[in-house]
Amino acid sequence: MNRVDARFEKLRADGERAFIPYFAAGDPSLSATEELVLAAAEVGADVIELGIPFSDPIADGPSIQRATERALRAGTTVEGIFRTVERIRESSDVPLVLMTYFNPVAYRGVERFCQEARQAGADGLIVPDLPVEDAEELLEAARAQELATIFLVAPTTPNERIRRIADATRGFLYAVSLTGVTGARDAISPDLQPLLERVRRQTNKPVCVGFGISNPEQARRVAQLADGVIVGSAIVNTVEAHLSEPQRLVGATREFIRELLTAVRSVRGPLR
Amino acid sequence: MPLRADARGRFGEFGGQYVPEVLIPALQELEAAHRRYWNDPEFQAEYEFYLREYVGRPSLLYFAQRLTEALGGPKIYLKREDLNHTGAHKINNAIGQILLARRMGKKRIIAETGAGQHGVATATACALFGMECEIYMGAEDVERQALNVFRMRLLGAKVTPVTSGTRTLKDATNEAFRDWVTNVRTTYYLIGSAVGAHPFPTIVRDLQSVIGREARRQILEREGRLPDCLVACVGGGSNALGLFAPFYEDRQVRMIGVEAAGEGIERRHAASLTAGTVGVFHGARTFLLQEQDGQIRPAHSISAGLDYPGVGPELAYYRRTGRAEFVAVTDAEALEGVQLLARTEGIIPALETAHAIAYLPKLAQEYGPEGIVIVNLSGRGDKDASIVARALEEKLGS
Repeated sequence: MNRVDARFEKLRADGERAFIPYFAAGDPSLSATEELVLAAAEVGADVIELGIPFSDPIADGPSIQRATERALRAGTTVEGIFRTVERIRESSDVPLVLMTYFNPVAYRGVERFCQEARQAGADGLIVPDLPVEDAEELLEAARAQELATIFLVAPTTPNERIRRIADATRGFLYAVSLTGVTGARDAISPDLQPLLERVRRQTNKPVCVGFGISNPEQARRVAQLADGVIVGSAIVNTVEAHLSEPQRLVGATREFIRELLTAVRSVRGPLR
Repeated sequence: MPLRADARGRFGEFGGQYVPEVLIPALQELEAAHRRYWNDPEFQAEYEFYLREYVGRPSLLYFAQRLTEALGGPKIYLKREDLNHTGAHKINNAIGQILLARRMGKKRIIAETGAGQHGVATATACALFGMECEIYMGAEDVERQALNVFRMRLLGAKVTPVTSGTRTLKDATNEAFRDWVTNVRTTYYLIGSAVGAHPFPTIVRDLQSVIGREARRQILEREGRLPDCLVACVGGGSNALGLFAPFYEDRQVRMIGVEAAGEGIERRHAASLTAGTVGVFHGARTFLLQEQDGQIRPAHSISAGLDYPGVGPELAYYRRTGRAEFVAVTDAEALEGVQLLARTEGIIPALETAHAIAYLPKLAQEYGPEGIVIVNLSGRGDKDASIVARALEEKLGS
């Protein structure tokens, strides 16, 4: 069984929510990414999202834009990220999903990208600018490699479209908490609860929430509403804050992830 | 009849809607509005009213006699989009999309701009209809096009410099997309060229097609036959498509798109059709400049309006099928083009347009005096005066 599916099965059996941290691969270096992923896995993160940097990230706010620029300046390549995933796999079984814009996938060739991702040890793909209507080739290639295909739904997505997206989804459905780009926010969007209620009526697949979740209290509140919590920009900000003291970078990020995870784990029992 | 995108917004393999999920319903709403109003006589009447009374259409099709003589080849006609209000073809699109936005109930308009021509056209149309307007412009372009920045602010628009990435048009476009992702419920994204996700390329093409429809009628009146060749510069492709599309089925009419070769095709340039490869960028599958892993390669052109690493999907299809030919001229050649037109006709073209002019000496050799060529004179050159002055300083100073 795919590692992502297996993890969600276990979480459901235990009445727990998933905690999913995001790292911008190569920020500030791939060796740092390797350490960060292993630290997050050791703390107990359920799934790890690894962002492949793209020069023009239109769905991302300033934090991930800056991380992307740092990663590209450091010479990060898709090949290098696959090698990093291989190294992580030597010591960890943590479910890993790759998040990337479509052009890096298309450039390599969809089939080849999926083969290499799988061979390296990745478990799934998130391609935020690939709408489900245009995803046929990717769906076929990903299924052949048993990769999860994680699609996004947004507060603007109508119900019948949510169903269509949920049908194409393997692993978990990614609910975007707000109409906007990625980035830490002060408060949870009022759009989130109505969206989750609509999603629940369309699918039983696990639903994880991302975009805007920036601290343990917000993570705990979202964990009460969904199967999982995704935190990206706030983690990237922690990495950024420690760029000038690299010896503390991994430790400080690990500590922040531990706090977020503790908050998510404090919510137990079946979803209301 | 122009070419039509298929049900999934594609011209052959090109086009599509490669955008974040938040925007898909907005694109579907836009598609429905465009379909409904584009064929609505009331909308058409209002659009034509503003084109006539405000923009100053039809624009002239001017026989450039001295230029024709200087080149010693075919008769050269200039489609004078530079005489439009605001000085370029961009206003045709801005007015049309504002009318669409009003019918859709949107109160706020956002746009990206490179040279500032589209920004000025959008700010102008927003002032005309009393709409809130925010223009995203790369910080580097804000510096090199200070006059247009002032014009936009004078017209009441908010101009937001974009400091990410290469600080030019592509990054301004990224930022406009991000704004739209955030404010999609209230905001209309008034894209400036025939690029982006479906239905934008079709909307812009339809609105700019007034250029080619007029030119076709005017040349038939004047010469009693269709031209042999159409020439236009290509950045995103809106002025080229505007001229070309109404001639699409006139198979005997040759079409040439002139891209920016910048410092040369072997060095930094903006020639995505001439020297690019197929990928997915700003919502569409098209030709673009890319490097390892599909990272977008920064474009370069002396002309801010052509300084873009992609091109609209419909022109990509024209290239793939051979319906149009694409060539590229360098920064230096474009400067020659500015001087050629200035000295033979007393018309100073925009640097973008000068690329089309610069290709004429080469093209003229292929036709005798009975040949007819129409060039889209897409914009006037006032905005580029300081850039051209700097580039030509030594030569003109002597």
